[in-house]
Amino acid sequence: MEFSNRYIIGFSIALCLACALVVSSLAVGLKEPQEANAALFKAQNVLRAAGVLEEGQSANREEVDKLFEKIDYVVIDRESGQVLEGEEPESLDLKKMARDESQSHETPKEFKNTLVRRVPNKLLAYEVHVEGHEALVLPIHGYGLWSNLYGYIALTPDGREVKGITYYEHGETAGLGGEVENPSWKAQFPGKTAVGPDGDVKITVVKAGTVKEPEYQVDGISGATITSLGVANMLQLWLGEHAYGPYLENKRAN
Amino acid sequence: MDKQTKKILVDPLHVTNPITIQVLGICSALAVTTQLKPAIVMSLALTFVLVCSNTLISLLRNKIPGSIRIITQLAIIASLVIVADQILRAYAFDVARQLSVFVGLIITNCIVMGRAEAFAMGNPPGKAALDGFANSMGYSLILITVAFFRELLGSGKLMGHTVLERTMDGGWYAPNGLMVLSPGAFFLIGIFIWIQRSATPALNEEA
Repeated sequence: MEFSNRYIIGFSIALCLACALVVSSLAVGLKEPQEANAALFKAQNVLRAAGVLEEGQSANREEVDKLFEKIDYVVIDRESGQVLEGEEPESLDLKKMARDESQSHETPKEFKNTLVRRVPNKLLAYEVHVEGHEALVLPIHGYGLWSNLYGYIALTPDGREVKGITYYEHGETAGLGGEVENPSWKAQFPGKTAVGPDGDVKITVVKAGTVKEPEYQVDGISGATITSLGVANMLQLWLGEHAYGPYLENKRAN
Repeated sequence: MDKQTKKILVDPLHVTNPITIQVLGICSALAVTTQLKPAIVMSLALTFVLVCSNTLISLLRNKIPGSIRIITQLAIIASLVIVADQILRAYAFDVARQLSVFVGLIITNCIVMGRAEAFAMGNPPGKAALDGFANSMGYSLILITVAFFRELLGSGKLMGHTVLERTMDGGWYAPNGLMVLSPGAFFLIGIFIWIQRSATPALNEEA
């Protein structure tokens, strides 16, 4: 069958429009349950980082909400490290603050690989008071090889030791960089020194197979050197003086 | 049921099986078969995509210009895959995370385009839908069987429930680590092909 060029172009346009319509209306229509799922997954990850939920253990919305009654979601003033009372963490838009020059400060050059250009002047933290799992859970993010990795790091209540780490969103290659989600890799973090007595960030990820200081070095993922480096860089940034450092200093002093 | 319909329905399960005979869709057959649950969800997703794509392409078969038919098929298949992926993310979030990129990769699954090109472009919608369904079943049959053995032998479980008590949990069963890794699926599929060809010598090519 012969078709005119005009028909072919018309057909392509009609096909594209039809496909776009189906895909976009579905994406809009399903946004609500998808966002609810994503929010629940984030909350589960806070619990997993702190060790309240075991690896592989799941919890539904009600169980998560019940556990969250024993978790204080706090807003922190970045420079002083003080918890700001009376601030609603849910109403803060940190991404927006990070774009506003008056509400954030520029990340020093040495952290440029994290692609976190500015750190907002207010930060969020979860102070977990679940019995036997007391912890501080701090949101962290930064660039790996292909994508931003978003996750949580849990520290002991005095901020000195790591209790756990989780990543809930990233676009790294499955099986390589995606192994940041691998339970046996994450299992290396608990017990490592997070921050030294004078605020220097200790915890780091080194190239696979070159761990010399097991108190604070984590073995990197083979085949995912750049993602591992990304994890190391973002820990340096977020636990350091330009982000959660002052807050952790207060915790050490207590 | 007339003879032709029966042929469309039964052949893909055995003599034209997309995995064991045509050796298509191997990538996902390795990747999502460590456990039964993701394998079943993957089978459902593929069934949905294949039946819909075959039907739609067959409906349009006389309207699709030959010069752009491949990209037309791809556009339809890709849209359907996104639909399946979005639905899974909304209603089966945990499994969707386990399947990760493999739902998206249904687009590149040769079975889908193969059936569109080989069957749907030349047959009416009813038959095309049937053909899509039968091929999905052929795929699912192998996928689920592989996943059954891999989960049972690799981790002593079925659908996440312990069947064989593992030594590490104080039981008697020492899990076969090979089954958890991709080569385990290769061995299993190889064994299936062997059994199938031994049982039906007509399938063997001339040496």
